[in-house]
Amino acid sequence: MFKIIRDLLRFNIEFAVGTLITLVIVGLSVLSFFSPYPAEDIYVVAPDVPPSWEYWLGTTSRGQDVFWQMAAALRNTLLFGLAVAALSRVISLTVGLVSGYMGGMTDRVLMSINDTFIIIPLFPILVLFYFVMRDSMSWVLLAVIMAALGWAYDARLIRSVAMSLRTREFTQQSIFSGMSPRQIMTQEHLPYVLPIVFSTTLNNMNWSIGMEVTLSVLGFTDINTPTIGSMLYWANQHTALVAGVWWWIAWPVIAVMLLFIGLYLLATALNEYIDPRSRLSRMGGTA
Amino acid sequence: MRTYAAYLAKRLMQFALVVFIGINLTYLISHSTPIDPVEQTISALTSFGNTSPEAIETMRQSLRELYGMSGTPLEQYLSFWSRIAVGDFGPSLSAFPTPVSELILRALPWTIGLLVVATVLAWLLGNLLGGLAGYYRKNRVLKALGLVAMGLHPMPYYVVAFVLLVLFGFLWPVLPISGGSGMAVEQGFSLAFVYSVFIHSLLPALSLVLVGMGGWFLGMRALVSNIVTEDYVVYAELGGVDRHRILTSYVMRNALVPQVTGLAMSLGAIFTGAIITEEVFGYPGIGSLLVDAVHAGDYSLVLGVTSVSIVAVSTAVLVIDLLYPLLDPRVQVE
Repeated sequence: MFKIIRDLLRFNIEFAVGTLITLVIVGLSVLSFFSPYPAEDIYVVAPDVPPSWEYWLGTTSRGQDVFWQMAAALRNTLLFGLAVAALSRVISLTVGLVSGYMGGMTDRVLMSINDTFIIIPLFPILVLFYFVMRDSMSWVLLAVIMAALGWAYDARLIRSVAMSLRTREFTQQSIFSGMSPRQIMTQEHLPYVLPIVFSTTLNNMNWSIGMEVTLSVLGFTDINTPTIGSMLYWANQHTALVAGVWWWIAWPVIAVMLLFIGLYLLATALNEYIDPRSRLSRMGGTA
Repeated sequence: MRTYAAYLAKRLMQFALVVFIGINLTYLISHSTPIDPVEQTISALTSFGNTSPEAIETMRQSLRELYGMSGTPLEQYLSFWSRIAVGDFGPSLSAFPTPVSELILRALPWTIGLLVVATVLAWLLGNLLGGLAGYYRKNRVLKALGLVAMGLHPMPYYVVAFVLLVLFGFLWPVLPISGGSGMAVEQGFSLAFVYSVFIHSLLPALSLVLVGMGGWFLGMRALVSNIVTEDYVVYAELGGVDRHRILTSYVMRNALVPQVTGLAMSLGAIFTGAIITEEVFGYPGIGSLLVDAVHAGDYSLVLGVTSVSIVAVSTAVLVIDLLYPLLDPRVQVE
């Protein structure tokens, strides 16, 4: 495990840069636990102060220190992404493995549901959710809804691997040695699928964070919990750009862009690692 | 042709399933709300003046009828479907008494026009440049483009939209930053109107194309650099086949097949982008309609837009899927 990471850091510039960026973001969000002000409170510092030695990243028109506000927002945004990714992994793994291994009618039924979820435009549905829940819409509820909607594409990917695993000899051997389908799926096939699960997790986090920010910018989430999206929402509400309070918008946008790029680089690096051909050509060999 | 007919039947079945599940989902969500839209509308309507209790009761009855909330759950469900099937979503509340369907029909051409042009342009440019970058790996310009694409791809649409807004709205104001056409220009088939629509669509389209292109570029480059190492390409190169010909008819053509599937899928995803883009640029499309409807608490309009967008996106995917076998003969046999 450590050897793989060391090799990746040495030979794969994307992985190294991605790790660095992600570590910086995670570090910032951990810092939020040492914040001198509660993240939900407003008017704790003087409003509209440009970046200075006292307030490194400036303060907002609502009287919040942008640095500490952003740290808390990053923490919540990251947790949100992780929660959605973890929950939807359970669904996509179950559907993918069962569908790929069972085949036949089970596969056909599961895949028609799956394809439906791939095609349906999720954003209007999320907006509809907010519309009917309104004040009872919370961070956790949104994460559960998004997890329930955003598993389909990855399930298809996992299914394709499970289908090829099914034809391998070791699967036959497991069947003859009397393992149940459930045992084969969890003990034999799951380990093979895990590398893909890692890279889809990162992509799913990017997707869910992007959706959360998009919904928040329009004011369609719980805007009182500090997240990157709700920070942008409040900045927009106070017309920060027109008022010249650019630091209110610029820092969270830079932070979320770094987060996107970091996770994306990690995902591509992992994808490449899974495909040995491209790994060889990167290390100077011929594929 | 038999195989195509079977393919067609399968896809049509799938289309019906998607629409069925999608519409059921909107029904389920809209009926699982802790907020009663009828009571909410009544309180909104009666807050302006004194209304007698009898009038409120009549209003409540007619609103229940209107929203399909009278009768047993089964009756409600059936009446919901019978109204949706003919495209009747009732009158809009924020623009009473204009029917929801009329509002949607007015907004739809704007969104479809903007999206089709932006999506296709992003797809063409991204695939062309990505294909070249995958084939001519040493080229510095293409390498630099790859870095730009990598930075742009994971970015949310509105970030690019905000940046364009600041650039062209404040720093270098040459393009209109809001609206679908000029206020002074009358809508109709005149040259002035067409020009006005075109110039107003430039910024929103640019933000969609810039972000969309990155993904296609990276995807195509990865596909092409895989295909280049295939035996048949190496063989063609050794055999002295013209490099231009190898690129276009051997490499690009084969790499395009998965990209077409991607095009179909992105039509669903880009709808998301359009909502924010339209909101940022004040574009009079379906996205702005949805956002305004949510803020105005317009129950029937939100339901209508959601249902229509589900049908519109699945139809677009269906059309692409039906064209698919014509591009790649291998797909037909299944």
